[in-house]
Amino acid sequence: MIEVGHMAAFLALAACLVQTWYGLRGNRAMAAGMAYSALGMMSLAFGLLIWSFVTSDFSVALVASHSHTFKPLMYKIAGTWGNHEGSMALWCLVSIGFAAAGAWRLRTGRVEFEARALGVQGAVSLGSLVYLLFASNPYLRLDAAPLQGNGLNPVLQDPALAIHPPMLYLGYVGFSFVFALAAAGLIEGRIDRIWARATRPFVLAAWVPLSLGIALGSYWAYYELGWGGWWFWDPVENASLMPWLLGSALLHSIIVTEKRGGFAAWTALLAVLAFCFSILGAFLVRSGVLTSVHAFAIDPLRGSLLLSGLMAYGGAALGLFAWRAPVLKGGPPWQLVSREGALMLNNLVFFVATATVLLGTIFPLLAEATGRQMSVGAPYFNLTFAPIMAGLLLLLPLVQGWSWGAAKINMVWLRGAIVGLAIGGLALVSLWLLKLPLGAGLGVALGLWLIFGAGRELLRRAVTLKRIFSMPLRVWGMSLAHLGIGLFVIGAVVETSGRYEQTVALAAGEQAAIAGWAVTLEEVRSAEGPNWYADRATLLARKGSASATLKPEKRYYPAARMPTSETAIHKTGAGDLYAALGDRREVEGRTVWTFRIYYNPLIDLIFFGVFLMALGGALAAFGGRGKDPQMSARKTPQIDTQSEPEGEAG
Amino acid sequence: MRARTRRLGLVVVAAVLLAGAAALAFVGLKQNANLFYTPSALALQGGPTPGLAGKVGGFVAVGSLVYTTGTELEFRIVDETDHIDVVFDGVVPSLFQEGAGVVADGAFNVDGVFVADRLLAKHDENYVPRELKDVEGPAS
Repeated sequence: MIEVGHMAAFLALAACLVQTWYGLRGNRAMAAGMAYSALGMMSLAFGLLIWSFVTSDFSVALVASHSHTFKPLMYKIAGTWGNHEGSMALWCLVSIGFAAAGAWRLRTGRVEFEARALGVQGAVSLGSLVYLLFASNPYLRLDAAPLQGNGLNPVLQDPALAIHPPMLYLGYVGFSFVFALAAAGLIEGRIDRIWARATRPFVLAAWVPLSLGIALGSYWAYYELGWGGWWFWDPVENASLMPWLLGSALLHSIIVTEKRGGFAAWTALLAVLAFCFSILGAFLVRSGVLTSVHAFAIDPLRGSLLLSGLMAYGGAALGLFAWRAPVLKGGPPWQLVSREGALMLNNLVFFVATATVLLGTIFPLLAEATGRQMSVGAPYFNLTFAPIMAGLLLLLPLVQGWSWGAAKINMVWLRGAIVGLAIGGLALVSLWLLKLPLGAGLGVALGLWLIFGAGRELLRRAVTLKRIFSMPLRVWGMSLAHLGIGLFVIGAVVETSGRYEQTVALAAGEQAAIAGWAVTLEEVRSAEGPNWYADRATLLARKGSASATLKPEKRYYPAARMPTSETAIHKTGAGDLYAALGDRREVEGRTVWTFRIYYNPLIDLIFFGVFLMALGGALAAFGGRGKDPQMSARKTPQIDTQSEPEGEAG
Repeated sequence: MRARTRRLGLVVVAAVLLAGAAALAFVGLKQNANLFYTPSALALQGGPTPGLAGKVGGFVAVGSLVYTTGTELEFRIVDETDHIDVVFDGVVPSLFQEGAGVVADGAFNVDGVFVADRLLAKHDENYVPRELKDVEGPAS
């Protein structure tokens, strides 16, 4: 069976080749047909790969090294993409899927442009397929099939991790289609309002799953790794954050292109960069050039192939950009104090923030070139990334009401802001003099300010409370997303500065006091699951009249010969009481168990905030397609009279 | 004229932002880029100085692991020729054991003992901390 899959993948490759050829020559019908055929072939190829995991066909090398008959069905399926080769197959499928979605949904009235976008996407899929089939082939058989497989890395046997990679890939690969649209627009020399209207939903189609994927990964790290934290500035986390930041910048700049026809070259450049950073992310994760808990396999060949792919596609795109950008037309003139100015500032900040993350991520590589081994930890990012983004968020509620072209600064707001800043500054100095934690107070204030700003902007656009529910989905989307950031900031700051953690060693019956909770170890027992056995502790936690039972486990997976820790979390509503079981020790003739116990205040706000951002993005994607692009193209392209005061996301 | 003023304004804003970010990044890297030492690399440098922060890595010497109190432990990191003594208070990673590779994050105290805040051990059977890929085990 797997040979059929292998064959189908080759047919998909052939279809992508033909798609590229016809697409770049401007034949939309042929390119679309090939995109659908490629999708059919690749679905078959990937489906058969899943099937070989489900049926535990250990004659397939990949299944033998990553699966096991005792594994629950869900993880047999998820195991397909829980390894390098399988995840690359998923990558190809998503890439081809985006081409097919483009063939189906892209209707701009510009047939050649659409054909070229499909052609470029065909070339991207082609590159991925070549990499899949010649450098990380999942369809290889073993000469002698083992009776049993090695099992999935047990830390990956988890529901959040089952959907985390597909989400991330929708995001990464989604930006490849945005890239294709930008390249096609550049070839045509038209990055204009029609282009932006057609492209924006695809930007959101990439950005929303990427946001969810990052949040899922973060949530997984929080409860699975047993370190209590939710973001470690690990190179692989950064690798997903950078395309997200550039995608967020793009999401804002494309609004200017859509509404005013402005920022054309900048938007195109961001589209190219977001894709380049997606591949860079894949490179950082897969090549093993950086120390990371995520590195699947340390393989220099794969790394250098990805790097050459990045150079080839990124170089070609940047070359195309340099050649065609001067042809692009700008929008009507604008002053610094205008919505354009505000969005330009937004973009500058996102861009600079991305640069600081990039610097911190690759600095160890640069240092290694000089012969020293280094690492850059969280303090660097907290010092650079956090204040830069905080500056942007501080300005957001002030500038988001600015109108296109030239805005009048609302003097009441400005005075209010100056007074607020002065009070804030005084508070800051006095807190600093009193040696109290500054960051937390400032962060909470910033979060509340953002929430207030999001609500006020919604109300401003609705004019009256009554009309608020008839606002376009797009405006709701923007408000929800900005509200989400506010909640995220509060959660992130309170959790980071208020996290309480303690390591304790307890014998059965002993008690420890943690963050106001009295925690008693009742017992430690053995437990067993389908493909693991475990030590399971029972902790009784009491605080006043509240009580909770926590059952952290230490699991051992014989197939993979490795232990994992399963944390126990009690949600109090205001935060999580979190326990991870360590090891058993003999101390002074007694048997004690070590525990790492945390209290993480307001941690749910972090994930909920990101969820709101993604939800807002999804609403904006669905709400933005009301008007026929060809209709609006016939109007004079300068003033969008219908957009104010109903407003559009900005 | 207006376009030029606008461009000038943009350039100024961008320059201020970039300069600020660059300054932050410079300070951040200066303070927070941690060097990695193997025992022999540290010995070459003349041994530990109190307060020296960074990462150290090697293999946990067989027979060196001692639990001093309930949660605290001491062990010795070795490579081919030299060693570093480490203390750690906390829950050790799942695959931490004598003979296994380990990377510790922390700083040296006045006695030349490395006080670790975090231990990174092998993540799974196939994963070796990258810092250790060139480190030889103790000659045995």
